[in-house]
Amino acid sequence: MSEAIDEIDRAIIRATQAGLPLTPRPYHDVAERLGLPPEEVMTRLRAMQARGVIRRLGAVPNHYKLGYQANGMTVWDVPDEWVDELGARVGGLDSVSHCYRRPRHLPDWPYNLFAMVHGRSREDVEAEVRRIAALLGEYDRGRAVLYSTRILKKTGLRIAE
Amino acid sequence: MALTELERHLLNDFQRDFPLSPTPFREIAETLGVTEGEVLASLRDLAERRIVSRVGPVFAPHRLGASTLAAMAVPEARLAEVADLVSALPEVNHNYEREHRYNLWFVLTARDQARLDEVLADLERRTGLPVLSLPLLEDFHIDLGFPLEFQEER
Repeated sequence: MSEAIDEIDRAIIRATQAGLPLTPRPYHDVAERLGLPPEEVMTRLRAMQARGVIRRLGAVPNHYKLGYQANGMTVWDVPDEWVDELGARVGGLDSVSHCYRRPRHLPDWPYNLFAMVHGRSREDVEAEVRRIAALLGEYDRGRAVLYSTRILKKTGLRIAE
Repeated sequence: MALTELERHLLNDFQRDFPLSPTPFREIAETLGVTEGEVLASLRDLAERRIVSRVGPVFAPHRLGASTLAAMAVPEARLAEVADLVSALPEVNHNYEREHRYNLWFVLTARDQARLDEVLADLERRTGLPVLSLPLLEDFHIDLGFPLEFQEER
């Protein structure tokens, strides 16, 4: 697999997944901890970004603290033959932070399209749900909105040691 | 929450394309017309107040081993117990309670599929409850960060 990561990439991921040090030369500090040349840390981060292993590099704001306290996981049952096209459109909406196709589990769970919607209130989220429903039109065969009531655990992505 | 002009820029303008250069904070400072010290002090303060979760790479979950979104329908009386058990797993990075019959939702990440299956089976055995596993099949979102709209403080 061309996107495979090796042990050095893995070490860099472990060393940076909780954030870069907020120091003048953060990549040098990471490199020193790992016993690698600083250039290699930067080159490998750049390569992982180009391969899509890293989605983005930058500040990760805490939406909850910034007032985006309503978070609705919206799930939709759309025809499989249209899910790619519809998913791409839903995923392009500003209010949608994640948009995925996932398997159904019939009969309990008929939904194949997931879109995470953030807003300052449930009213905000509901307005976005109506917007998605309008975009899906007749392909919206059923949906549910699951609001989070408690965050029990939230860390950045962790890869196990 | 009152945010300064500098804080707003730091939160919104550098969610992607953070410089991959020896002195990234100095570059940001030059872009914003402030000093490197001010940028670092402000980011440290934002991190301290937990307004910024971190500054660094956001990894694509499905590229690093195996992961899945899992859900359980937990009877109300057992929710605290099961939720604690799930949160304690090192493979779990997100665990949310949601309003639905499926009321516990969490993301599991493991080195490979075999380990992931093992963790899921173990969880079912320890709780006596079925776990719905909904792995990602396709990612439709191009992650450009999340545009923050700062409202006037009320």
